[in-house]
Amino acid sequence: MVTTLVTRAVAGDELRARRAGAVTGRNVTAFRAGGAYWWLVISGMAEPLLYLFAIGWGVGALVGDMPLPDGRTVSYLTFLAPALLAAAAMNGAVAESTMNFFAKMKFAKLYDSVLNTPVTPVEIAFGELGWAMMRGSMYSGAFLVLMAVMGVTTPALALVAFPAALLVGFAFGAIGLALATVMRTWQDFDYMGVVQFALFLFSGTFVPVSSYPVAMQVIVQLTPLYHGVELVRGITLDMLSWSLAWNVLYLVVVTLAGLAFAARRMRKLLRK
Amino acid sequence: MTDGAPLISARGLIKRFGDFTAVDGIDVDVHAGEAFGFLGPNGAGKSSTMRMIGCVSPPSGGELRVLGMDPQRQGPDIRARLGVCPQEDNLDQELTARENLVTYARYFGIGRKVARQRADELLEFVQLSERAGSKVEPLSGGMKRRLTIARALVNEPDIVMLDEPTTGLDPQARHLVWERLFRLKQRGTTLVLTTHYMDEAEQLCDRLVIMDGGAVAAEGSPRELIERYSTREVVELRFGTDALEPYASKLDGIGARVEVLPDRILLYADDGDTAVPAVYERNLTPSGVLVRRASLEDVFLHLTGRTLVEA
Ligand SMILES: Nc1ncnc2c1ncn2[C@@H]1O[C@H](COP(=O)(O)OP(=O)(O)OP(=O)(O)O)[C@@H](O)[C@H]1O
Ligand SMILES: [Mg+2]
Repeated sequence: MVTTLVTRAVAGDELRARRAGAVTGRNVTAFRAGGAYWWLVISGMAEPLLYLFAIGWGVGALVGDMPLPDGRTVSYLTFLAPALLAAAAMNGAVAESTMNFFAKMKFAKLYDSVLNTPVTPVEIAFGELGWAMMRGSMYSGAFLVLMAVMGVTTPALALVAFPAALLVGFAFGAIGLALATVMRTWQDFDYMGVVQFALFLFSGTFVPVSSYPVAMQVIVQLTPLYHGVELVRGITLDMLSWSLAWNVLYLVVVTLAGLAFAARRMRKLLRK
Repeated sequence: MTDGAPLISARGLIKRFGDFTAVDGIDVDVHAGEAFGFLGPNGAGKSSTMRMIGCVSPPSGGELRVLGMDPQRQGPDIRARLGVCPQEDNLDQELTARENLVTYARYFGIGRKVARQRADELLEFVQLSERAGSKVEPLSGGMKRRLTIARALVNEPDIVMLDEPTTGLDPQARHLVWERLFRLKQRGTTLVLTTHYMDEAEQLCDRLVIMDGGAVAAEGSPRELIERYSTREVVELRFGTDALEPYASKLDGIGARVEVLPDRILLYADDGDTAVPAVYERNLTPSGVLVRRASLEDVFLHLTGRTLVEA
């Protein structure tokens, strides 16, 4: 009852996990059936791996070891890997929640039929996010296994990092859904791609944020991927501290805000 | 819900899109077990009305109760008991026919096992069992329509809402759909459908409203409407020319009314067989004469005046 009232207030509609799950389930069914879709997933995993080896080894050989805030030094590849994991979680979630979601809403008109069932717009938003996360967790899981095998992190820390990577995916999935509801044409996705790439480059991924000018440090610290990188790097490199709680809180708030916005917009777009 | 209370009840129901009023204050009651029709030309507001009843489009004004509930507040509860076949087939293109039904059942919270069982039964019901594993794309228009109708039945709904169930189908496919809908009706399912086919309305509907320009022009059973707005029979006259006005004026007084269509003249008379000789007595020699029973089409033409010049 309380949750009903809360979701009604925030998203304007009822929210039942079972019905959101049915939306996720639809995507699982489509995924199993579609051959081409697998390629998308494989290519999604290939990208961070290419960066890891090309930059991690290549540039790493020039840069040498990296000092960590806690005084230790690690190889450049070790420094880079967790950031690539966070970025991969972002990319996977955004791809699913913007492009695919937009196509389903605008072109396949998939939700027109779904809305004739008891399923509400907010349940669709949650269901799609759930699916984006399933896809994201495949990327993250595989990448974490690789990190543990390469000795970049320990298996125990990798296990802790897994839900953290999922949270990064949740946050970007929610942002992606929200953005998709305001996109009008495919052109808009090009702009989004540029922003996404800028986040990828400047969120402390390749160099510590402390090496930027102060003004830029402030800006970077307001953006979501920075918090994702901090969180995942903090865990996998064994720098557990309370500051990570802030990163978690930031990502949770972004997730909820994105979902609420997306659900409200969808209600407007689809219930004419 | 008390017995006898209408399943759907609208009073002064309005739908506006910006400044444009698509549905302009209609009153409608649909009772349990009834097959109810909305008949009207393109843009009459049929789909807009259906979408409001289906709780996917919020009314702009007036009152609406569906299954005794308020669509604004209890949308999910109402939709759980409706089966909707929209005007355009919006099947899930990425799934097979069977997956479409199973997945749709899951949206209603139906368990996997029951969902699969229903999917198979319904595929059988609409004669698509052989195509169960086929994706949507390669299915013919008629097959897609039947699949969409099957999908609307997956939750065993109290009310089935069909927006132009047979538009675009060939006669054979139409008859199959009619036959299936008739079976549903016999099982006691309440049907609400829209159509611009008069024969469809006559065949399927116990009661209907004729809509035009967002308003209800007339309401009743097909037979009542024909009795009220038409004569028993109609004589269709062709003269091998499109300039029919001169002929029409010469027909004055033979029947109750004369309507001029682009290609023929309709002469409304209770007894066609006495009207035809009267035409010849006035020295008119039509190239084609057809006496037929009056249909809803005549009622419709009379009420809406569409493409007609009143004689
Ligand atoms: N989403 C919308 N935005 C703006 N106008 C709309 C919208 N939907 C319908 N209309 C307008 O409302 C009017 C009624 O449309 P509606 O679809 O209800 O008619 P209809 O009786 O179903 O017609 P048809 O037989 O062509 O399906 C039309 O003039 C249509 O252009
Ligand atoms: Mg319509």
